[in-house]
Amino acid sequence: MSITIGVLALQGDVEENVNATREALRSLGLDGNVIQIKYPEHIARIDGLIIPGGESTVIGTLAMLNGSLKVIRERVSAGMPVLGTCAGMIVLAKRAYDRVVGETRQQLLNLLDVTVERNAFGRQIDSFEADLSIRVIGDKPFKGVFIRAPVVKSVGSNVDVLARLDDNNRIVAVQQGNMIGTSFHPELSGDTRLHEYFIRLCKEYKNR
Amino acid sequence: MMNTNTISLIATELNAKGMKMDRIDALQVIKGTTLVKRGFAHMQKHGVIMDVTSVEQAQIAEDAGAVAVMVLDKLPYDVRKAGGVARTASIKVIEEIRDHVTIPIMAKCRIGHTEEARVLEAVGVDMIDESEVLTPADEERHIWKWDFTTPFVNGARNLGEALRRIEEGASMIRTKGEPGTGNVAEAIKHIRIVNNEIRRIRAIYQDGDMQELIKMARELRVSYAYVLETARLGRLPVVNFAAGGITTPADAAMLMSLGCDGVFVGSGIFKSQDPMERARAIVIATAYWDDPKAVMEAQRMIDEGKSMLGMDVKTLELRMQERGSEA
Repeated sequence: MSITIGVLALQGDVEENVNATREALRSLGLDGNVIQIKYPEHIARIDGLIIPGGESTVIGTLAMLNGSLKVIRERVSAGMPVLGTCAGMIVLAKRAYDRVVGETRQQLLNLLDVTVERNAFGRQIDSFEADLSIRVIGDKPFKGVFIRAPVVKSVGSNVDVLARLDDNNRIVAVQQGNMIGTSFHPELSGDTRLHEYFIRLCKEYKNR
Repeated sequence: MMNTNTISLIATELNAKGMKMDRIDALQVIKGTTLVKRGFAHMQKHGVIMDVTSVEQAQIAEDAGAVAVMVLDKLPYDVRKAGGVARTASIKVIEEIRDHVTIPIMAKCRIGHTEEARVLEAVGVDMIDESEVLTPADEERHIWKWDFTTPFVNGARNLGEALRRIEEGASMIRTKGEPGTGNVAEAIKHIRIVNNEIRRIRAIYQDGDMQELIKMARELRVSYAYVLETARLGRLPVVNFAAGGITTPADAAMLMSLGCDGVFVGSGIFKSQDPMERARAIVIATAYWDDPKAVMEAQRMIDEGKSMLGMDVKTLELRMQERGSEA
């Protein structure tokens, strides 16, 4: 049975996530489609959604304006897996604020029980690459690409921490049941293991 | 598990000075890599970057859905009217905007003015635009951008110019268009030229005629590796935005339809009389450029009577696009 993964295509690195997901399907030997989602009515067709990197304020605004926010909230609440990378994780969160500006009035999905600090490492000049240990995808280090990245400042009791930066207090990947959020960009690292992990969730959801 | 990069990592300097080893607590990290710099531009895709001159304008832009703001002393239209030497914006204005918006901020420096760019890097702008809107400081030699940790965007009117800028370390390209005119014709011309040139080298590549490709590299005055990479990809190896004269939602949709990854709007928003509505409308048209009904709805949000008047590019005394194009 073929699965269909959607990538929210309002703004950001949409094609990069489409390519990474296609590669991940190939690597898993799975039959599947990857489609770009611009309209809320297309969300009914998919077995999992990726909210890409980009500017969370823009993705949130456009998803609110076209009604996608509401439809995504309904489907994810009903169990559909979702992966948010960087801006995508911010949009998924219940609470977000900016390190310098503080409270933001941006649109959030209000699903993932975390508080996210935006631009937590500073500005672009402080963007970086670093090796991460993410146990659920294996022992080999994963190259984390952090671009004006957020961090998770606090998590609800129902949220699992998938990765911390060098095992210190900075949480950079989380999972709450069907929802995964990362501070970094797995779609840019040339390593599809995190996308594969997400696709397995989508497959279980489809075969439930 | 496999390893393929979703973005091109072709580089001139493998150990560029702009790359910095650093630590976050005990963790070894590396900053200013080609991936992190080009990756930043990839996050701007399908978005609109808006020129602003004050905190108020920056906040309007952010609320409207801009992916970033470009801080200037004067909008290009006013630069044209004022004449004289145009330089980078006041540091105090850049700092004030930096501390009041959450989206990235960019600022322009003069072509070839390495130290003006160093000042912008020190103030913490997220991307530097080495721009023909300002008066060039060195027309023979652009900034060697591999020396910077901050990524750069450069303008180009054709493939040779674009690849020469990328070879110097630009992480993003935009068309030059003719800034400050409210006339989109030159931006359209420039993206069409780039597209046609890429189509040509791609055909040569697909024919396996490497000798012809080397000949092309000599004509374009750029290293063969960059021509080969572009021919292989069938597009520029970095994100490519449209810029220069974009005024309406339909203008933005037109440039997206020609394959641009996003748009810069300079004077078009804050020289209009309906900046708030227009900014939001251009964001919508850029995201939904391939949906005529959505672009029409966006176009309905603006009033043509309130568009900046604009000027015919044929009668201009100052053609900003020609600045730095020979280098």
